[in-house]
Amino acid sequence: MEATVVKTGTEDKTWGGGNQPLKASYGKMMMWFFIVSDALTFSGFLASYGFSRFKFVDAWPIADEVFTHFPFLHGVEAPMYYVAFMTFILIFSSVTMVLAVDAGHKMKQNKVILYLFLTIIGGLIFLGSQAWEWATFIKGDYGAIETKGGQIIQFLDKEGERVAIRDFAAVNDGDRIPQTRENGLWFTEDAEYLPSVTFNQVKEGFLANDNLLVRLQHKDEHGQHIILSREESIAKVVNDGQLVVEGANLRHNEYGHPLFANFFFFITGFHGFHVATGVLINIIIFFNVILGTYERRNSYEMVEKVGLYWHFVDLVWVFVFTFFYLV
Amino acid sequence: MAHEHKLAIFRGAVKFKSNVSKIWGVFIFLSVVTIIEVALGIVRPDFLIDNRFLALKLLNWIFIILTIVKAYYITWDFMHMRDETTGLRRAVIWTSIFLISYLIVLILIEGDYIFEVYKSGYIKFDF
Repeated sequence: MEATVVKTGTEDKTWGGGNQPLKASYGKMMMWFFIVSDALTFSGFLASYGFSRFKFVDAWPIADEVFTHFPFLHGVEAPMYYVAFMTFILIFSSVTMVLAVDAGHKMKQNKVILYLFLTIIGGLIFLGSQAWEWATFIKGDYGAIETKGGQIIQFLDKEGERVAIRDFAAVNDGDRIPQTRENGLWFTEDAEYLPSVTFNQVKEGFLANDNLLVRLQHKDEHGQHIILSREESIAKVVNDGQLVVEGANLRHNEYGHPLFANFFFFITGFHGFHVATGVLINIIIFFNVILGTYERRNSYEMVEKVGLYWHFVDLVWVFVFTFFYLV
Repeated sequence: MAHEHKLAIFRGAVKFKSNVSKIWGVFIFLSVVTIIEVALGIVRPDFLIDNRFLALKLLNWIFIILTIVKAYYITWDFMHMRDETTGLRRAVIWTSIFLISYLIVLILIEGDYIFEVYKSGYIKFDF
Protein backbone atom coordinates (compact mmCIF):
# COMPACT_ATOMS: atom_id res chain seq x y z
CA MET A 1 0.00 0.00 0.00
CA GLU A 2 2.67 2.50 1.01
CA ALA A 3 4.25 2.42 -2.42
CA THR A 4 1.08 3.36 -4.24
CA VAL A 5 -0.01 6.23 -1.98
CA VAL A 6 1.32 9.59 -3.03
CA LYS A 7 1.70 12.00 -0.17
CA THR A 8 1.37 15.68 -0.93
CA GLY A 9 2.71 16.97 2.33
CA THR A 10 -0.39 19.12 2.76
CA GLU A 11 -2.55 16.61 4.63
CA ASP A 12 -3.23 19.00 7.48
CA LYS A 13 -4.71 21.66 5.16
CA THR A 14 -8.42 21.72 4.28
CA TRP A 15 -7.84 21.00 0.58
CA GLY A 16 -4.87 18.78 1.17
CA GLY A 17 -6.83 15.57 0.70
CA GLY A 18 -7.93 12.94 3.19
CA ASN A 19 -10.64 15.24 4.43
CA GLN A 20 -14.17 13.78 4.72
CA PRO A 21 -16.59 16.66 5.11
CA LEU A 22 -19.61 14.37 4.63
CA LYS A 23 -18.19 11.73 7.00
CA ALA A 24 -19.29 8.96 4.67
CA SER A 25 -17.08 6.44 2.91
CA TYR A 26 -16.63 6.47 -0.86
CA GLY A 27 -18.80 3.37 -1.34
CA LYS A 28 -21.69 4.72 0.67
CA MET A 29 -21.62 8.08 -1.10
CA MET A 30 -21.67 6.36 -4.48
CA MET A 31 -24.64 4.25 -3.35
CA TRP A 32 -26.47 7.44 -2.41
CA PHE A 33 -25.63 9.02 -5.78
CA PHE A 34 -26.92 5.94 -7.56
CA ILE A 35 -30.10 6.03 -5.47
CA VAL A 36 -30.73 9.68 -6.37
CA SER A 37 -30.35 8.98 -10.08
CA ASP A 38 -32.50 5.85 -9.85
CA ALA A 39 -35.14 7.81 -7.95
CA LEU A 40 -35.19 10.28 -10.84
CA THR A 41 -35.65 7.41 -13.30
CA PHE A 42 -38.65 6.09 -11.38
CA SER A 43 -40.04 9.62 -11.05
CA GLY A 44 -39.83 9.92 -14.81
CA PHE A 45 -41.84 6.71 -15.23
CA LEU A 46 -44.43 7.63 -12.62
CA ALA A 47 -44.73 11.15 -14.04
CA SER A 48 -45.37 9.75 -17.52
CA TYR A 49 -48.00 7.49 -15.98
CA GLY A 50 -49.54 10.61 -14.43
CA PHE A 51 -49.39 12.35 -17.80
CA SER A 52 -51.33 9.59 -19.58
CA ARG A 53 -53.76 9.34 -16.73
CA PHE A 54 -54.47 13.08 -16.77
CA LYS A 55 -54.87 12.86 -20.52
CA PHE A 56 -57.63 10.23 -20.16
CA VAL A 57 -58.72 11.18 -16.67
CA ASP A 58 -62.42 10.58 -17.38
CA ALA A 59 -61.84 7.10 -18.84
CA TRP A 60 -59.20 5.55 -16.60
CA PRO A 61 -59.87 2.13 -15.00
CA ILE A 62 -60.71 2.06 -11.29
CA ALA A 63 -57.94 0.09 -9.56
CA ASP A 64 -60.33 -1.26 -6.93
CA GLU A 65 -62.23 -3.11 -9.66
CA VAL A 66 -59.10 -4.40 -11.39
CA PHE A 67 -57.19 -5.96 -8.52
CA THR A 68 -59.84 -7.87 -6.61
CA HIS A 69 -58.30 -11.31 -6.24
CA PHE A 70 -56.64 -13.12 -3.40
CA PRO A 71 -54.89 -16.49 -3.80
CA PHE A 72 -57.03 -19.48 -2.82
CA LEU A 73 -60.13 -17.32 -2.44
CA HIS A 74 -62.05 -17.82 -5.65
CA GLY A 75 -65.04 -15.65 -6.39
CA VAL A 76 -64.46 -13.51 -3.31
CA GLU A 77 -64.17 -9.81 -3.92
CA ALA A 78 -61.04 -8.74 -2.07
CA PRO A 79 -60.01 -5.37 -3.43
CA MET A 80 -56.45 -4.41 -2.55
CA TYR A 81 -55.96 -6.94 0.25
CA TYR A 82 -53.29 -8.74 -1.69
CA VAL A 83 -51.29 -5.61 -2.56
CA ALA A 84 -51.56 -4.53 1.06
CA PHE A 85 -50.09 -7.90 1.99
CA MET A 86 -47.27 -7.38 -0.53
CA THR A 87 -46.58 -3.95 0.93
CA PHE A 88 -46.30 -5.43 4.41
CA ILE A 89 -43.93 -8.12 3.18
CA LEU A 90 -41.66 -5.50 1.66
CA ILE A 91 -41.76 -3.19 4.69
CA PHE A 92 -41.06 -6.15 6.95
CA SER A 93 -38.09 -7.26 4.87
CA SER A 94 -36.84 -3.67 5.18
CA VAL A 95 -37.08 -4.03 8.95
CA THR A 96 -35.06 -7.26 8.98
CA MET A 97 -32.52 -5.60 6.68
CA VAL A 98 -32.05 -2.63 9.01
CA LEU A 99 -31.78 -5.08 11.92
CA ALA A 100 -29.01 -6.85 10.01
CA VAL A 101 -27.22 -3.53 9.54
CA ASP A 102 -27.57 -2.84 13.25
CA ALA A 103 -26.22 -6.28 14.15
CA GLY A 104 -23.33 -5.61 11.75
CA HIS A 105 -22.40 -2.44 13.63
CA LYS A 106 -22.18 -4.54 16.78
CA MET A 107 -20.11 -7.18 14.93
CA LYS A 108 -22.56 -9.99 15.66
CA GLN A 109 -22.05 -12.34 12.73
CA ASN A 110 -24.78 -14.84 13.59
CA LYS A 111 -27.47 -12.20 13.92
CA VAL A 112 -26.46 -10.65 10.58
CA ILE A 113 -26.80 -14.11 8.99
CA LEU A 114 -30.27 -14.63 10.45
CA TYR A 115 -31.63 -11.21 9.52
CA LEU A 116 -30.16 -11.26 6.01
CA PHE A 117 -31.71 -14.68 5.49
CA LEU A 118 -35.13 -13.35 6.54
CA THR A 119 -34.67 -10.38 4.20
CA ILE A 120 -33.95 -12.67 1.26
CA ILE A 121 -37.01 -14.79 2.06
CA GLY A 122 -39.16 -11.63 2.21
CA GLY A 123 -37.83 -10.52 -1.16
CA LEU A 124 -38.62 -13.91 -2.71
CA ILE A 125 -42.17 -13.89 -1.31
CA PHE A 126 -42.67 -10.43 -2.78
CA LEU A 127 -41.42 -11.55 -6.20
CA GLY A 128 -43.71 -14.58 -6.15
CA SER A 129 -46.66 -12.41 -5.21
CA GLN A 130 -45.91 -10.07 -8.04
CA ALA A 131 -45.74 -12.96 -10.50
CA TRP A 132 -49.15 -14.10 -9.28
CA GLU A 133 -50.53 -10.58 -9.57
CA TRP A 134 -49.29 -10.34 -13.16
CA ALA A 135 -50.68 -13.77 -14.05
CA THR A 136 -54.12 -12.84 -12.69
CA PHE A 137 -54.09 -9.54 -14.54
CA ILE A 138 -53.02 -11.14 -17.83
CA LYS A 139 -55.61 -13.91 -17.55
CA GLY A 140 -58.42 -11.46 -16.90
CA ASP A 141 -61.72 -11.79 -15.20
CA TYR A 142 -65.02 -10.99 -16.91
CA GLY A 143 -63.88 -10.21 -20.42
CA ALA A 144 -65.11 -7.25 -22.45
CA ILE A 145 -65.78 -5.96 -25.95
CA GLU A 146 -63.53 -3.49 -27.69
CA THR A 147 -65.25 -0.99 -30.01
CA LYS A 148 -64.05 0.16 -33.39
CA GLY A 149 -62.78 3.32 -31.70
CA GLY A 150 -60.63 1.26 -29.35
CA GLN A 151 -62.77 1.73 -26.26
CA ILE A 152 -63.70 -1.01 -23.82
CA ILE A 153 -67.31 -1.82 -22.98
CA GLN A 154 -68.11 -4.17 -20.12
CA PHE A 155 -71.26 -6.11 -19.26
CA LEU A 156 -73.50 -5.87 -16.20
CA ASP A 157 -76.84 -7.32 -15.19
CA LYS A 158 -79.71 -5.09 -14.11
CA GLU A 159 -78.61 -5.27 -10.47
CA GLY A 160 -75.30 -3.69 -11.44
CA GLU A 161 -73.21 -6.85 -10.94
CA ARG A 162 -70.51 -7.61 -13.49
CA VAL A 163 -71.24 -10.53 -15.83
CA ALA A 164 -68.55 -12.60 -17.54
CA ILE A 165 -68.91 -12.82 -21.34
CA ARG A 166 -68.28 -16.59 -21.32
CA ASP A 167 -71.44 -16.97 -19.17
CA PHE A 168 -73.83 -15.51 -21.73
CA ALA A 169 -72.10 -15.94 -25.09
CA ALA A 170 -74.10 -18.08 -27.55
CA VAL A 171 -72.92 -21.66 -27.66
CA ASN A 172 -71.25 -21.98 -31.02
CA ASP A 173 -71.54 -20.50 -34.47
CA GLY A 174 -69.77 -23.28 -36.29
CA ASP A 175 -66.23 -24.49 -36.09
CA ARG A 176 -63.57 -21.90 -36.47
CA ILE A 177 -61.38 -22.42 -39.53
CA PRO A 178 -57.88 -21.12 -38.98
CA GLN A 179 -56.65 -18.76 -41.66
CA THR A 180 -53.60 -20.05 -43.51
CA ARG A 181 -51.34 -18.50 -46.11
CA GLU A 182 -52.45 -20.96 -48.79
CA ASN A 183 -56.09 -19.92 -48.54
CA GLY A 184 -55.68 -16.18 -48.37
CA LEU A 185 -53.60 -13.32 -49.51
CA TRP A 186 -49.93 -14.05 -49.04
CA PHE A 187 -49.52 -11.28 -46.47
CA THR A 188 -52.40 -12.24 -44.18
CA GLU A 189 -52.09 -14.72 -41.38
CA ASP A 190 -54.26 -16.00 -38.61
CA ALA A 191 -55.01 -13.47 -35.90
CA GLU A 192 -52.48 -13.72 -33.11
CA TYR A 193 -55.01 -12.77 -30.47
CA LEU A 194 -57.59 -15.54 -29.90
CA PRO A 195 -60.16 -15.15 -27.14
CA SER A 196 -62.22 -18.18 -26.08
CA VAL A 197 -65.42 -16.86 -27.72
CA THR A 198 -65.97 -14.84 -30.88
CA PHE A 199 -67.55 -11.43 -31.11
CA ASN A 200 -70.60 -12.85 -32.90
CA GLN A 201 -71.24 -15.34 -30.09
CA VAL A 202 -71.10 -12.54 -27.53
CA LYS A 203 -73.39 -10.35 -29.64
CA GLU A 204 -75.98 -13.11 -30.08
CA GLY A 205 -75.89 -13.98 -26.41
CA PHE A 206 -76.22 -10.34 -25.46
CA LEU A 207 -79.23 -9.77 -27.73
CA ALA A 208 -80.93 -12.91 -26.42
CA ASN A 209 -80.59 -11.92 -22.78
CA ASP A 210 -82.74 -8.94 -21.76
CA ASN A 211 -81.12 -8.70 -18.37
CA LEU A 212 -77.79 -7.43 -19.68
CA LEU A 213 -76.56 -3.84 -19.82
CA VAL A 214 -73.37 -2.23 -21.02
CA ARG A 215 -70.94 -0.08 -19.09
CA LEU A 216 -68.70 2.47 -20.80
CA GLN A 217 -65.07 3.27 -20.24
CA HIS A 218 -65.99 6.89 -19.57
CA LYS A 219 -66.85 7.98 -16.06
CA ASP A 220 -69.46 10.35 -14.66
CA GLU A 221 -68.68 13.18 -12.24
CA HIS A 222 -68.66 10.78 -9.26
CA GLY A 223 -65.90 8.72 -10.86
CA GLN A 224 -68.18 5.76 -11.67
CA HIS A 225 -68.35 4.24 -15.14
CA ILE A 226 -71.42 5.30 -17.12
CA ILE A 227 -74.05 2.55 -17.47
CA LEU A 228 -76.27 2.61 -20.55
CA SER A 229 -79.96 1.68 -20.78
CA ARG A 230 -80.95 -1.56 -22.56
CA GLU A 231 -81.72 0.20 -25.89
CA GLU A 232 -78.52 2.24 -25.82
CA SER A 233 -76.59 -0.88 -24.85
CA ILE A 234 -77.92 -2.83 -27.86
CA ALA A 235 -77.08 0.06 -30.18
CA LYS A 236 -73.58 0.30 -28.72
CA VAL A 237 -72.79 -3.41 -29.08
CA VAL A 238 -74.32 -3.83 -32.54
CA ASN A 239 -72.97 -0.62 -34.08
CA ASP A 240 -69.61 -0.20 -32.42
CA GLY A 241 -68.52 -3.59 -31.12
CA GLN A 242 -65.67 -5.27 -32.91
CA LEU A 243 -63.44 -7.49 -30.81
CA VAL A 244 -63.60 -9.72 -27.76
CA VAL A 245 -60.95 -8.90 -25.17
CA GLU A 246 -60.06 -11.26 -22.36
CA GLY A 247 -57.41 -10.25 -19.88
CA ALA A 248 -54.72 -7.71 -20.52
CA ASN A 249 -51.70 -7.52 -22.74
CA LEU A 250 -49.75 -4.70 -24.34
CA ARG A 251 -52.40 -4.03 -27.03
CA HIS A 252 -55.74 -4.84 -25.45
CA ASN A 253 -56.93 -4.53 -21.90
CA GLU A 254 -60.35 -5.71 -20.76
CA TYR A 255 -60.21 -3.41 -17.72
CA GLY A 256 -60.07 -0.20 -19.74
CA HIS A 257 -57.44 1.85 -21.49
CA PRO A 258 -54.52 -0.21 -22.89
CA LEU A 259 -52.11 2.41 -21.51
CA PHE A 260 -53.11 1.33 -18.01
CA ALA A 261 -51.85 -2.18 -18.72
CA ASN A 262 -48.74 -0.87 -20.47
CA PHE A 263 -47.73 1.29 -17.54
CA PHE A 264 -48.65 -1.43 -15.06
CA PHE A 265 -46.42 -3.96 -16.80
CA PHE A 266 -43.60 -1.50 -17.31
CA ILE A 267 -43.43 0.18 -13.92
CA THR A 268 -44.19 -2.80 -11.67
CA GLY A 269 -41.95 -4.86 -13.95
CA PHE A 270 -39.08 -2.41 -13.59
CA HIS A 271 -39.62 -2.36 -9.85
CA GLY A 272 -39.76 -6.15 -9.74
CA PHE A 273 -36.49 -6.20 -11.66
CA HIS A 274 -34.99 -4.03 -8.92
CA VAL A 275 -36.30 -6.41 -6.27
CA ALA A 276 -34.83 -9.36 -8.15
CA THR A 277 -31.42 -7.64 -8.36
CA GLY A 278 -31.70 -6.73 -4.69
CA VAL A 279 -32.34 -10.35 -3.76
CA LEU A 280 -29.36 -11.42 -5.86
CA ILE A 281 -27.03 -8.87 -4.23
CA ASN A 282 -28.37 -9.82 -0.80
CA ILE A 283 -27.59 -13.48 -1.50
CA ILE A 284 -24.01 -12.63 -2.49
CA ILE A 285 -23.52 -10.56 0.66
CA PHE A 286 -25.22 -13.30 2.70
CA PHE A 287 -22.62 -15.84 1.60
CA ASN A 288 -19.83 -13.33 2.27
CA VAL A 289 -21.13 -12.91 5.80
CA ILE A 290 -21.24 -16.69 6.30
CA LEU A 291 -17.67 -16.99 4.99
CA GLY A 292 -16.59 -14.35 7.49
CA THR A 293 -15.35 -11.83 4.93
CA TYR A 294 -16.58 -8.88 6.96
CA GLU A 295 -15.33 -10.37 10.25
CA ARG A 296 -11.84 -10.32 8.75
CA ARG A 297 -12.38 -6.85 7.33
CA ASN A 298 -13.52 -5.83 10.77
CA SER A 299 -16.40 -3.84 9.29
CA TYR A 300 -19.89 -4.73 8.08
CA GLU A 301 -20.23 -1.60 5.98
CA MET A 302 -21.00 -3.68 2.89
CA VAL A 303 -24.21 -4.87 4.58
CA GLU A 304 -25.11 -1.24 5.16
CA LYS A 305 -24.56 -0.39 1.48
CA VAL A 306 -26.77 -3.18 0.15
CA GLY A 307 -29.20 -2.23 2.91
CA LEU A 308 -29.46 1.26 1.41
CA TYR A 309 -30.35 -0.26 -1.95
CA TRP A 310 -32.91 -2.60 -0.41
CA HIS A 311 -34.61 0.23 1.47
CA PHE A 312 -34.70 2.24 -1.71
CA VAL A 313 -36.59 -0.58 -3.43
CA ASP A 314 -39.09 -0.49 -0.58
CA LEU A 315 -39.32 3.29 -0.90
CA VAL A 316 -40.18 3.03 -4.60
CA TRP A 317 -42.85 0.43 -3.86
CA VAL A 318 -44.51 2.83 -1.42
CA PHE A 319 -44.99 5.26 -4.31
CA VAL A 320 -45.98 2.62 -6.86
CA PHE A 321 -48.57 1.31 -4.39
CA THR A 322 -50.05 4.79 -3.94
CA PHE A 323 -50.22 5.76 -7.59
CA PHE A 324 -51.32 2.43 -9.06
CA TYR A 325 -53.64 1.09 -6.41
CA LEU A 326 -54.88 3.92 -4.19
CA VAL A 327 -55.15 7.24 -6.01
CA MET B 1 -22.05 8.34 10.92
CA ALA B 2 -19.86 6.19 13.14
CA HIS B 3 -21.95 3.99 15.37
CA GLU B 4 -24.10 6.57 17.02
CA HIS B 5 -27.80 6.83 16.24
CA LYS B 6 -30.19 9.61 17.02
CA LEU B 7 -32.94 7.80 18.84
CA ALA B 8 -35.72 10.38 18.94
CA ILE B 9 -38.47 10.53 16.29
CA PHE B 10 -41.51 12.82 15.83
CA ARG B 11 -39.28 15.85 16.55
CA GLY B 12 -38.19 14.47 19.88
CA ALA B 13 -41.68 13.55 21.07
CA VAL B 14 -40.83 9.83 21.17
CA LYS B 15 -37.45 8.66 22.38
CA PHE B 16 -36.25 5.07 22.14
CA LYS B 17 -33.75 3.37 24.39
CA SER B 18 -31.87 1.52 21.68
CA ASN B 19 -31.58 1.50 17.91
CA VAL B 20 -33.35 -1.86 17.70
CA SER B 21 -36.39 -0.63 19.60
CA LYS B 22 -36.46 2.46 17.37
CA ILE B 23 -36.56 0.21 14.28
CA TRP B 24 -39.55 -1.69 15.67
CA GLY B 25 -41.24 1.56 16.64
CA VAL B 26 -40.88 2.92 13.11
CA PHE B 27 -42.14 -0.38 11.71
CA ILE B 28 -45.30 -0.16 13.82
CA PHE B 29 -45.82 3.43 12.72
CA LEU B 30 -45.39 2.52 9.02
CA SER B 31 -47.81 -0.41 9.41
CA VAL B 32 -50.45 1.80 10.99
CA VAL B 33 -50.12 4.32 8.16
CA THR B 34 -50.44 1.53 5.57
CA ILE B 35 -53.51 0.11 7.29
CA ILE B 36 -55.13 3.57 7.29
CA GLU B 37 -54.37 3.92 3.57
CA VAL B 38 -55.81 0.53 2.67
CA ALA B 39 -58.91 1.09 4.83
CA LEU B 40 -59.55 4.47 3.16
CA GLY B 41 -58.93 2.88 -0.25
CA ILE B 42 -61.59 0.24 0.38
CA VAL B 43 -64.19 2.45 2.07
CA ARG B 44 -63.68 5.57 -0.08
CA PRO B 45 -65.85 7.93 2.00
CA ASP B 46 -68.11 10.09 -0.19
CA PHE B 47 -67.25 13.44 1.36
CA LEU B 48 -63.56 12.85 0.66
CA ILE B 49 -64.29 12.03 -2.98
CA ASP B 50 -66.77 14.81 -3.70
CA ASN B 51 -64.71 17.60 -2.15
CA ARG B 52 -61.64 18.88 -3.88
CA PHE B 53 -58.69 21.04 -2.96
CA LEU B 54 -56.60 22.48 -5.82
CA ALA B 55 -58.42 20.27 -8.37
CA LEU B 56 -57.45 17.09 -6.49
CA LYS B 57 -59.85 14.97 -4.44
CA LEU B 58 -59.29 15.22 -0.69
CA LEU B 59 -58.88 11.44 -0.56
CA ASN B 60 -56.00 11.61 -3.03
CA TRP B 61 -54.39 14.41 -1.02
CA ILE B 62 -54.53 12.16 2.04
CA PHE B 63 -52.98 9.25 0.13
CA ILE B 64 -50.16 11.40 -1.25
CA ILE B 65 -49.38 13.05 2.09
CA LEU B 66 -49.36 9.71 3.92
CA THR B 67 -47.06 8.32 1.22
CA ILE B 68 -44.60 11.16 1.72
CA VAL B 69 -44.75 10.61 5.48
CA LYS B 70 -43.90 6.94 4.93
CA ALA B 71 -41.09 7.86 2.55
CA TYR B 72 -39.71 10.25 5.16
CA TYR B 73 -39.49 7.60 7.86
CA ILE B 74 -38.06 4.97 5.54
CA THR B 75 -35.32 7.38 4.43
CA TRP B 76 -34.64 8.92 7.84
CA ASP B 77 -34.67 5.82 10.02
CA PHE B 78 -34.15 2.79 7.79
CA MET B 79 -31.61 4.45 5.52
CA HIS B 80 -30.11 6.34 8.50
CA MET B 81 -30.47 9.75 6.89
CA ARG B 82 -31.11 11.09 10.39
CA ASP B 83 -27.52 10.25 11.32
CA GLU B 84 -25.82 11.63 8.22
CA THR B 85 -24.21 15.05 8.04
CA THR B 86 -26.28 18.03 6.95
CA GLY B 87 -24.30 18.34 3.73
CA LEU B 88 -24.97 14.79 2.54
CA ARG B 89 -28.62 14.99 3.55
CA ARG B 90 -29.23 18.20 1.62
CA ALA B 91 -27.28 17.04 -1.42
CA VAL B 92 -29.55 14.01 -1.71
CA ILE B 93 -32.92 15.33 -0.56
CA TRP B 94 -33.03 18.87 -1.92
CA THR B 95 -31.75 17.80 -5.33
CA SER B 96 -34.35 15.08 -5.70
CA ILE B 97 -37.23 17.12 -4.30
CA PHE B 98 -36.50 20.03 -6.62
CA LEU B 99 -36.08 17.96 -9.79
CA ILE B 100 -39.04 15.68 -9.11
CA SER B 101 -41.46 18.50 -8.25
CA TYR B 102 -40.40 20.39 -11.37
CA LEU B 103 -40.93 17.35 -13.59
CA ILE B 104 -44.29 16.45 -12.09
CA VAL B 105 -45.75 19.95 -12.26
CA LEU B 106 -44.79 20.45 -15.91
CA ILE B 107 -45.90 17.02 -17.07
CA LEU B 108 -49.23 16.98 -15.26
CA ILE B 109 -50.16 20.43 -16.54
CA GLU B 110 -49.37 19.24 -20.06
CA GLY B 111 -51.47 16.09 -19.57
CA ASP B 112 -54.41 18.13 -18.32
CA TYR B 113 -54.09 20.48 -21.33
CA ILE B 114 -54.30 17.53 -23.74
CA PHE B 115 -57.35 16.26 -21.86
CA GLU B 116 -59.05 19.61 -22.45
CA VAL B 117 -58.16 19.48 -26.14
CA TYR B 118 -59.79 16.05 -26.44
CA LYS B 119 -62.84 17.18 -24.52
CA SER B 120 -63.57 20.52 -26.15
CA GLY B 121 -61.64 20.32 -29.40
CA TYR B 122 -62.25 18.39 -32.59
CA ILE B 123 -59.82 15.58 -31.94
CA LYS B 124 -61.50 12.35 -30.95
CA PHE B 125 -60.34 9.58 -28.69
CA ASP B 126 -58.13 7.87 -31.22
CA PHE B 127 -54.95 6.65 -29.58
